[in-house]
Amino acid sequence: MPEIAMSARGVSHAYGVPGSASHVATLDDVSLDVRRGELLALIGPSGCGKTTLLNMFASLVRPLRGTIEVDGQPVTGPMPRKVAFVFQEHALFPWNTIRDNIGLALKFQGVAKPEAAERAAHALEAVGLADFADHFPGQLSGGMKQRASLARALSLDTEFILMDEPFAALDEQTRIVLGEDLSALLSRTRKTIVFVTHSLGEAVLLADRVAIFSARPGRITGIIDIDEPHPRRSQFATSEKFNRLRGDIFGLLHDEIRKSIDDSVHRRSGAAA
Amino acid sequence: MNDAAAPAGNGQGRLVQLLFYVAVLAGWYAVTRAGLVNPIVLPPLDKVLAAIPGVVASAQFGADLATTLFEVFCAFVLAAVAGLLVGYVVGRSPRRIAEYEPLLSAVYAVPLVLFFPLFVLFFGLGIASKVAIGAAIAFFPIVLNTIAGFANVNPVHLAAARLMGASPGQIMRHVMVPSALPVVTTGLRMGLIVALLGCLGTETIAATGGLGYRMVALAELMDTVEEYAYIVLIIVIAALLNALAGWAEARAHRLMGAR
Repeated sequence: MPEIAMSARGVSHAYGVPGSASHVATLDDVSLDVRRGELLALIGPSGCGKTTLLNMFASLVRPLRGTIEVDGQPVTGPMPRKVAFVFQEHALFPWNTIRDNIGLALKFQGVAKPEAAERAAHALEAVGLADFADHFPGQLSGGMKQRASLARALSLDTEFILMDEPFAALDEQTRIVLGEDLSALLSRTRKTIVFVTHSLGEAVLLADRVAIFSARPGRITGIIDIDEPHPRRSQFATSEKFNRLRGDIFGLLHDEIRKSIDDSVHRRSGAAA
Repeated sequence: MNDAAAPAGNGQGRLVQLLFYVAVLAGWYAVTRAGLVNPIVLPPLDKVLAAIPGVVASAQFGADLATTLFEVFCAFVLAAVAGLLVGYVVGRSPRRIAEYEPLLSAVYAVPLVLFFPLFVLFFGLGIASKVAIGAAIAFFPIVLNTIAGFANVNPVHLAAARLMGASPGQIMRHVMVPSALPVVTTGLRMGLIVALLGCLGTETIAATGGLGYRMVALAELMDTVEEYAYIVLIIVIAALLNALAGWAEARAHRLMGAR
């Protein structure tokens, strides 16, 4: 098995027609290797293309230039048996119960019914939602919905999981608790995970490595190792090491965030003129 | 979501409705008893109510009812098949929505009553002209709601299903249909009601049978007691159809889970 789980080579991307006012370059010649079994966080200013890169690994977006590989193969379409995706807004089907949402995901993936039922029950158990299996998503709190969404991704039993700001819609406390749970879960399962986040704390708490993006068009300006074994507890979040790493990342990000704010102000005044 | 508020709100709504009906009937009774209106124009309530059992038992009423219901049924089925088909095809493409949705909305705004005489001219005095009008009127709420239903399927749900390996058929069955169903069933309910309206309306203009035709014929014979008995019965039938459609709609919503 190759050591590299996913890779981006010289990837560029842009929205809009080149030359027009709406043309926005989002990624500029980005190369990144994701190691097998690691949890890699992508962090950067708004609009830097980190979500675009994540979507490329999922086949939701195609690169303009460059190549995207998952498990040594170029990405050409969905890989339901290899890659699971957790959306920012849970993406559970509101017309199905939590149990049926997971059952349906497994049906889509091609798992036989008896096994699917067992795996759904197991996944709900793992995220502490066994008692809420027959509730509809609309009957659950934001944190529980995101847990259910995580359970669905885990039940698919893929080697790779991509997560787009999975905890962004949640309050700080819920995030930390869910982060702890995720860390514990991952130390047991050894999956390869790439997740996009806006939160410095979340990146340091969860990730093995943090890739820092520049302002638009996005480039990777640095990668920071978080040398701390899983499962991580909330005590880690108050340690000096945590604060030092958080500070290092913020140092790398600060100038870029300043640049991206100036850029958006500039764009707005340019559009107004 | 409004579980707590709903029962009280519904109860209050029911009470207002009931009071309205009672007020209308009481007004009718009082005005006719006091001799304030000519009994030919508005016969006394008690006489009309007394005439109803005889009308219901008559062979003519049975034949008229069967004619009208058959027309409504044919009109509704035609409108539903065409509306669902066109609505799905248009609703799945943003380009086609931009092209056809404004056109359909514009035609919907044209008062189709204008064309009642033309439809009779084209399709004759028999049931064909009623079916054509009923179908034409019912088509629009069905097609517009179907477009809205399929156009507003959450793209994140579609992407999630695709990434989990769903086939096009599975996406249709497990994502698009349940997502569109509540809005589509509302369109179908509205379609059924306006199909009835269209069929009755055309019957009153030119026909050889049906509830609307009989009502006008009785008015021309100055038999207003029986005419009003027909009016009351038509209102009851419309209310029953509406209740049936509403029940089917609520059931479809419930099947699709708590939102």
